[in-house]
Amino acid sequence: MVTVTKPLSSTDSPYQSRGLLSTLRRSPLTLLTHLSVIVIVVMWTLPTAGLLISSLRDKEQLAVSGWWTSLSPSTQRLMVRSVPPDAQLEEGGRYVLRGKVSDDQALQVLAFGWSSREPAAYAVGDVAQMRKGQTLSISSNGEYELSSPEPFSGARGKRLFYTAKIPPRFGLDNYREVLTTGGIGQSFINSLTVTIPATVIPILIAAFAAYALSWMAMPGRGLLIALIVGLLVVPLQMSLIPLLRMYNQIGSTFGVDAKSYLGIWLAHTGFGLPLAIYLLRNYIANLPKEIIESARVDGANDFEIFTRIILPLSFPALASFAIFQFLWVWNDLLVATVFLGTGEQQMVLTARLREMLGSYGGNWEVLTASAFVSMAVPLLVFFSLQRYLVRGLLSGSVK
Amino acid sequence: MTGVKLSNIRKSYARNEVLHGIDLEIELGEFVVFVGPSGCGKSTLLRMIAGLESISDGEMYIEGALVNHIPASMRGTAMVFQTYALYPHMTVYDNMAFAMRIAKESKEVIDEKVHQAAELLQLTEYLGRLPKALSGGQRQRVAIGRAIVRSPKVFLFDEPLSNLDAALRVQTRIEIANLKENMPGTTMIYVTHDQVEAMTLADRIVVLSAGKVEQFGSPLELYTNPANLFVARFIGSPAMNILPVVLEQSGPHSLIRFTSGKTLSVPVASELMEEGAELQLGIRSEDLLLSDKLNALLSGEVQFVESLGEMTLIHVKCKESDSIIVAKLVGIIELHKGQTVHLSLMADKVHLFNTEGHSLRYLDQQSCDAGQQAEQPDLVTDNV
Amino acid sequence: MTHLLSSLVIMLLGVAACGFYFVFSNWLLLRIFPVRRVSLQQQAVNIQRAALIRPWLFLAPALGFLGLYLVYPVVESVRLSLFDRGGDAFVGVANYRWLFASEEFQESLLNNLLWLLVVPACSTFLGLVIAAMTDKVRWGNIAKSLVFMPMAISFIGASIIWKFIYEYRGEGSEQIGLLNAVVEYLGGTAQPWITLHFWNNLFLMVILVWIQTGFAMVILSAALRGIPEETVEAAVLDGANGVQIFFKIMIPQIWSTIAVVWTTITITVLKVFDIVLAMTNGQWKTQVLANMMYDWMFRGGGDFGRGAAIAVIIMVAVIPVMIWNIRQANAQMEGR
Ligand SMILES: Nc1ncnc2c1ncn2[C@@H]1O[C@H](COP(=O)(O)OP(=O)(O)OP(=O)(O)O)[C@@H](O)[C@H]1O
Ligand SMILES: [Mg+2]
Repeated sequence: MVTVTKPLSSTDSPYQSRGLLSTLRRSPLTLLTHLSVIVIVVMWTLPTAGLLISSLRDKEQLAVSGWWTSLSPSTQRLMVRSVPPDAQLEEGGRYVLRGKVSDDQALQVLAFGWSSREPAAYAVGDVAQMRKGQTLSISSNGEYELSSPEPFSGARGKRLFYTAKIPPRFGLDNYREVLTTGGIGQSFINSLTVTIPATVIPILIAAFAAYALSWMAMPGRGLLIALIVGLLVVPLQMSLIPLLRMYNQIGSTFGVDAKSYLGIWLAHTGFGLPLAIYLLRNYIANLPKEIIESARVDGANDFEIFTRIILPLSFPALASFAIFQFLWVWNDLLVATVFLGTGEQQMVLTARLREMLGSYGGNWEVLTASAFVSMAVPLLVFFSLQRYLVRGLLSGSVK
Repeated sequence: MTGVKLSNIRKSYARNEVLHGIDLEIELGEFVVFVGPSGCGKSTLLRMIAGLESISDGEMYIEGALVNHIPASMRGTAMVFQTYALYPHMTVYDNMAFAMRIAKESKEVIDEKVHQAAELLQLTEYLGRLPKALSGGQRQRVAIGRAIVRSPKVFLFDEPLSNLDAALRVQTRIEIANLKENMPGTTMIYVTHDQVEAMTLADRIVVLSAGKVEQFGSPLELYTNPANLFVARFIGSPAMNILPVVLEQSGPHSLIRFTSGKTLSVPVASELMEEGAELQLGIRSEDLLLSDKLNALLSGEVQFVESLGEMTLIHVKCKESDSIIVAKLVGIIELHKGQTVHLSLMADKVHLFNTEGHSLRYLDQQSCDAGQQAEQPDLVTDNV
Repeated sequence: MTHLLSSLVIMLLGVAACGFYFVFSNWLLLRIFPVRRVSLQQQAVNIQRAALIRPWLFLAPALGFLGLYLVYPVVESVRLSLFDRGGDAFVGVANYRWLFASEEFQESLLNNLLWLLVVPACSTFLGLVIAAMTDKVRWGNIAKSLVFMPMAISFIGASIIWKFIYEYRGEGSEQIGLLNAVVEYLGGTAQPWITLHFWNNLFLMVILVWIQTGFAMVILSAALRGIPEETVEAAVLDGANGVQIFFKIMIPQIWSTIAVVWTTITITVLKVFDIVLAMTNGQWKTQVLANMMYDWMFRGGGDFGRGAAIAVIIMVAVIPVMIWNIRQANAQMEGR
């Protein structure tokens, strides 16, 4: 499906080389398996890696060359304006403008020219003869000298074209730019404000419900469980229109803003509950019956059993659902666009990204860096708590 | 005062009745063991006493008070489960203190009681540990400790030792016996599969089968005077041998005839029986003796020999019975498969059962008791 | 900074309010049915009454939320789909008539069908193959973790990642999109992939497959490891080769898990709209139902009637899966 044919840099990972060495001695089938797994892993990580590398590159380089070339120096055709005529000096009867095409120390000029039609007409060291007796020379370190028998005139400097070999440049400039100007920083906080309560509230509510549905005697229990399993698959889209109307109505009746954090927390709570109850019930119902009975004989009522026994024992399930819900809410765009405003104070990261995709469609330095900012938290959560996530997934679908 | 009184207790799950009217009167401070085959309702009955299962019908009293509608938390019962059911996230101390904390006891009281119980059960050094850092035996002791600290009226055990290995079982059994001494006012009810546990621990044993009480009596009573075939076969190992016989002559002593034609007079009253009735004769394996051909009542071919050193078990296929007869002989006996042996039996140890499976001796004794209205001296001897 | 603080305060308040409900309702229950300082008989009665009410106290918030945010909207959507754009005038089935006549809808339906066929199949298949392969190598867990990683990335983030891969630069300039660079390297001509009709749909699906394969892999890998070793060993003794063992012995045993994975991904596909919104916004014939509905909700002030009609169609599509799910869950509970 993905059309990458060769793993680009697959030999320097310690796991892979060790795995390969030891399997060389084994059957070719095992070797094939190893190779396929390597190819798969590369295919799955390459897109993200490309984004990460790109976001760290210099924005000019990012726009003109593929990120996979980023480690080798790039040859670029560039244009600068010389210093303005105000800075000209008179030396031996000629007027001279001196300067450097770039501040970059490592830049190496290969060729230059003075017109856009022939931007690389002269090799470094040559002296270009321009019109009206003017001359231009650029040395390989980028220093140029323009001289003319007549004083230079005009407000702006002359256009200089040069071809230079530019070493790879990496830095956090893109991030700095995005975090300070793009409003991403604000959105980051907004996302947190949405996500944390929208994760904690459903857990609390679902845990109580899951306990009731697993261990408390009550009529209609089976029916309620079936209802929850059914609601598990109700598409979110279904709810949006009625809820939006309801929110607007509440907003206008009570004179409050229809789009508020409270509104989105409650919405995420509602949407997350079926999965939460389902996962937690699967876990809580499988806790040893004797422990709960023991607590009951010990005189605890259901509230005490729940808070003192069930909650601490269900920690793994709670954690796994928390991770789910956190990732889901953090990554959600739909609910956020519907229930939150588009103002600075309410725009979450995903919405911001989408907006940027529209307005900065081609500005990859902004897009890549912002995308990575938005991915940083979920990736961190993912890699540090993966164990619980997997456990939760399994308790949800495998008997 | 009775410790626990059950009167016509029934339990149904949906339309399926699993306990069919249980009547029991358990004395205050008595140690009663429930035994019976798997699925007969022992755990169900125990859990009903604890308040963990509702009572479908009948009445239940604990120390005189009707508890049918009293929730588990208020019955003053404590339960020790087979799986220990310790709270895995709490230390040993917290496990023991849990019930008292729920009851809002003061810190000092809790501390004192927990330490007392811990000392009794030699758990003091483990108080700070989590259950997962304890051995099986220690866990079981914590479970017991957790019950002790509550000073329950009724102490319930559901197969508490069945998860322990053999050596630990013996040791913990002794500890439970000590516990019984230490808590004289506490009624204890204990469910087990293990006959040795039942015989050694119990003041009285309840034999249950298919949701009914088969017999309720002291261990020796059950052994020496089983009420019916079921109890006779259930109590004792190897199980009692059963042979079909015919009643030749009824009376205070019965004359019975084996299928081989040989007859025997046994000291079991059978006045009410018709002569010629078919009976089942029960005889324990240790009440069978090797004999010569002439005096033998049973003879057959040895099928299998188990030499255990201090005794020898021989399995004999007798003409007189469809099933294999097992005889327990003292000492080492040189016998091998295929050999023919002759057995006689101790007439005074013979049990006779009628076609309903009731023991004639037991029925006789019951009617005597009823007739005399006199109190039998307690048969329980304290040598257990 | 002040915003950060106020956010924190709101967050704490929100969470505390929720906790407060449970503590307070329990306190109230114990006030109404006290278990201390009353007669023993009264205590017993009170404990029983409280036990009758308590499950409903525990369930009330959950049921409230489910009712308000899921059950009510389903009913209301059906109602709204019979009304006009503002939801005021009854229009009968006009919205549906419009919908079925609309070219956009037909296109969406077709595309959705394509998504439903391709994405669950590809994800499940790839997930299965990768699970089987990674289980065989020692560094399999690391590999799994990396394949699973896209789960953590938002659809919108993934869209940016892949947009960058599909990026097209006019002829003559250097391609910075990986796909076009590879195509050029192999001697082909670079293409503006996401505007290429029909194929663009597949390029969008690739994104979802990329995300969902990890999910399928994790679950199927657990299922594969749950297969009793003996069945495989027996097959080996019977002389089956690796491929035969995989398809004839292992797959049949995890069939129900495969079905679960398949349906879960199917549901995700029906709901997915972020990818289309971010990549093409339904242009170049890539429209899907979910995005179309979103469009109608907001386009020109919104047409709730038509939007709701589309929502109802999505719901109808989900119902079979829902019934299957409930059956499955019931069977599971009985097996317990
Ligand atoms: N919750 C229940 N629903 C339906 N039937 C039940 C339930 N609990 C127990 N039973 C049935 O009641 C009968 C008695 O069960 P119980 O657990 O009391 O047996 P037991 O004597 O303790 O057996 P064991 O020695 O194996 O523990 C069994 O036939 C069992 O199937
Ligand atoms: Mg039992």
